[in-house]
Amino acid sequence: MKATVKITLKHGVLDPQGKAIEKSLGQLGFTGVNDVRQGKLIELDIDADTPEEAEKQITEMCEKLLANTVIENYDIQLNPAD
Amino acid sequence: MQASVIVFPGSNCDRDVAVCLEAATGKKPNMVWHGDSDLPDSDVIVLPGGFSYGDYLRCGSMAANSPIMKEVVLKAQKGAAVLGICNGFQVLTECGLLPGVLMRNAALNFVCRNTHLVINNNSTPFTGQYQQGEEVVIPVAHNEGNYFADDATLDELAGEGRIVLSYAPDDNPNGACKNIAGICDASGRVLGMMPHPERRAETALGGEDGKRIFTGLVEALS
Repeated sequence: MKATVKITLKHGVLDPQGKAIEKSLGQLGFTGVNDVRQGKLIELDIDADTPEEAEKQITEMCEKLLANTVIENYDIQLNPAD
Repeated sequence: MQASVIVFPGSNCDRDVAVCLEAATGKKPNMVWHGDSDLPDSDVIVLPGGFSYGDYLRCGSMAANSPIMKEVVLKAQKGAAVLGICNGFQVLTECGLLPGVLMRNAALNFVCRNTHLVINNNSTPFTGQYQQGEEVVIPVAHNEGNYFADDATLDELAGEGRIVLSYAPDDNPNGACKNIAGICDASGRVLGMMPHPERRAETALGGEDGKRIFTGLVEALS
């Protein structure tokens, strides 16, 4: 089963890379950009019989390795059709 | 006193720190490969600086999950002193021996220069040869040294004297909360620090301010 995990910095955690992107966009003439936050997208293909089982496995992966929950949130999207 | 240095793929300060440990202890440290699951009995374990696993995913995250780290955590719980320098500090936060996280430097630049540090706690096994409040010069070299933790954790660290080293107020190179350069765990026996004491441990390197970390360990643990 395929899945994607979106990892983003928690609200309130300074994101210097997002700020740098925001500044660059301004220099390129894109006005009206109020905020930019940068994150990560991880694509997984795992063995799982049900979406529930897949979600349980991936949650454990996020807690143990994929995200650092001190500063990051994660969001799991399952694509059972793939 | 027996020391061990853990060597990860991408560690690049392991041999420098081994030289310092040998000078202080008179014995060659064990160099232990990350894939090993046996860690020889050690009074002090050093996680050296470098770029373990190429800093993939997050700095220190892969190393924190390598086979040898289970042994390091066990030995730490049994009372071995653990010193994490730079990337080693990142590994210690990722494996949970120390709280918080080291984020990208606030200015987005790799910073490689001397920093002025204040010794806030000289009662740890690492800092016994410094004066309380002493200012020393030790270099940093990192891209992710911006220490962050939630307010409750920062208050706990400050209240318990666990902010062992801080950058002098006008010399914070990375935006770290409370100018944190190094913290210890509740027992005081696990220290993570961004500055590199092994890079200032001989007069030929510009000074010896870092040397007392190693000689102090020998004095405290022998």
